[in-house]
Amino acid sequence: MDYKLTFKEFNKALKRGKLLGLKCRDCGKFTCPPKMACQECGSTNLDIAELNGSGKVVTFTVSYVPSEGREAEAPYTIVMVELDEGPWLMGNLTDIDPNKVTMDVIDRSVKLGLRSKVLPGDTYSIGGKEAEGGFARPTFVFA
Amino acid sequence: MRKVAIVGTGHTPFTFAAEKSSVELFSEAAMDAINESHLKSKDVQAMYVGNVLGDFSEGQAMVQSYCADDIGAFHIPSTRFEGACASSSLAIRDAFIWVASGFYDIVLAGGVETAAKMGTPLATRTFAMAHDSHYEYPIGLTFPGFFAMLAHLYCSKYSVPLEKLKEQMALVSVQSHRYGVHNAFAQFHKEIAVEDVLKGFMVCSPLQLLDCCPFSDGAAAVILTSEEKAKELTDKPVYIIGIGQSSSGKLSAQKDYAPRIRAREVSVKQAYDMAGIKPEDVDLCELHDCFSIASIISAESLGFAEFGKGGELWQKGETKIGGTIPINISGGLKSKGHPIGATGASQVFEIVHQMRGHVEPERQVEGVNIGLTDTLGGDGVLCNMVLQKGW
Repeated sequence: MDYKLTFKEFNKALKRGKLLGLKCRDCGKFTCPPKMACQECGSTNLDIAELNGSGKVVTFTVSYVPSEGREAEAPYTIVMVELDEGPWLMGNLTDIDPNKVTMDVIDRSVKLGLRSKVLPGDTYSIGGKEAEGGFARPTFVFA
Repeated sequence: MRKVAIVGTGHTPFTFAAEKSSVELFSEAAMDAINESHLKSKDVQAMYVGNVLGDFSEGQAMVQSYCADDIGAFHIPSTRFEGACASSSLAIRDAFIWVASGFYDIVLAGGVETAAKMGTPLATRTFAMAHDSHYEYPIGLTFPGFFAMLAHLYCSKYSVPLEKLKEQMALVSVQSHRYGVHNAFAQFHKEIAVEDVLKGFMVCSPLQLLDCCPFSDGAAAVILTSEEKAKELTDKPVYIIGIGQSSSGKLSAQKDYAPRIRAREVSVKQAYDMAGIKPEDVDLCELHDCFSIASIISAESLGFAEFGKGGELWQKGETKIGGTIPINISGGLKSKGHPIGATGASQVFEIVHQMRGHVEPERQVEGVNIGLTDTLGGDGVLCNMVLQKGW
């Protein structure tokens, strides 16, 4: 069975500021990031759908100890966003100084910024054709 | 299905960067387990070895085969298990199934890791390989980051003020260090205070340095046999009477349950049901405290506290020796150390030795009849085992 919406297609679209997901023909719910089967009911009866990229922050962290090769990024803010359509999507929150992020960001409305940050990949991840041009990082700003 | 017993155990010290190779470390633990079982290497019919990052820390893949050869168990089937930090629990669970089925009578299972050797940047990178590499790692997710997000979510979901949760989390680390001082195998032999935890440098908010377990090197192994064989080999068999295992998707896919790890509830229910016990029947628990918040989240899903109230167990001293549910009297991953491929086997080792009355007197729990292990790999590979004293 072909994969309906691959990482490659999702990634290419996200780099252009377009958030793609899947809408289930059986239960009507959305899956994002994409998977083979519906996140909610497991059906593979899915259509590609564009999501609006807006939602609210459900949790966050500010990371001060990065992985090898990513030292220059720290500190940075990671948020988990509950999208308007239902799915949770992890991303970076960029329009606030990481040192000033507190519990107050929870429940704040956010939307995808115009341009996604991109991770070029490293020794362990750069080989894949599916990630040519790097990995798009959902990049949120306050709505 | 036959009854299966643990008849012998082995455990190296858990340390900062080791001066031995993974094969050497595992072979030491393996030979101790074989000798304690009054067996010879040639008696071992199969080996199941948990190992996660040997490829990166030593450039050594396929460690399980070299380990079998190293100890003189020539040409036996030897299989590597990779389930991130739960790897050796997966190995022991599978060993249990193969012995229970009657296919084998004597199996060696355990695990080894040399994570400390890598140093923090590479270890942080390679541990993060147990996150979703395409959708979540690029954002900068690391293991402390994962649990840090669960901590903030915990506060918001259960309306617990962050200050209060931080204090409870600190008490988890303080207790682990208090018992770890007395564990000869532990990486840290140092007591810490709540103030020490709260003044540590920030790793991923709200987790500070002493909320986090260390990178560690070490190995642990056990011998599993059929009940019949166990009776020939030891008068102190420990039976595995319940097993559970389950899996999860990436963090965003766990939205309906987080900060709970639903997979844990599925796994531990399998183990409790198989053993025919309830949480209150557990006399001693070794749970997966890779981060202080992880202990609180785990204790709730294992059924020891209501959701949102796990931290009170530590506040009230219920997790200490003499409490309602002694937890991580080994020092846990925090103080004993966390060589990820070996951790599950180390938990089993601890419970067997507590049942036998073989641990240091300062941390001996009296009257342990039923023990529970809880091991979490990555975003949510879960494995639980219920052990019962067999004499």
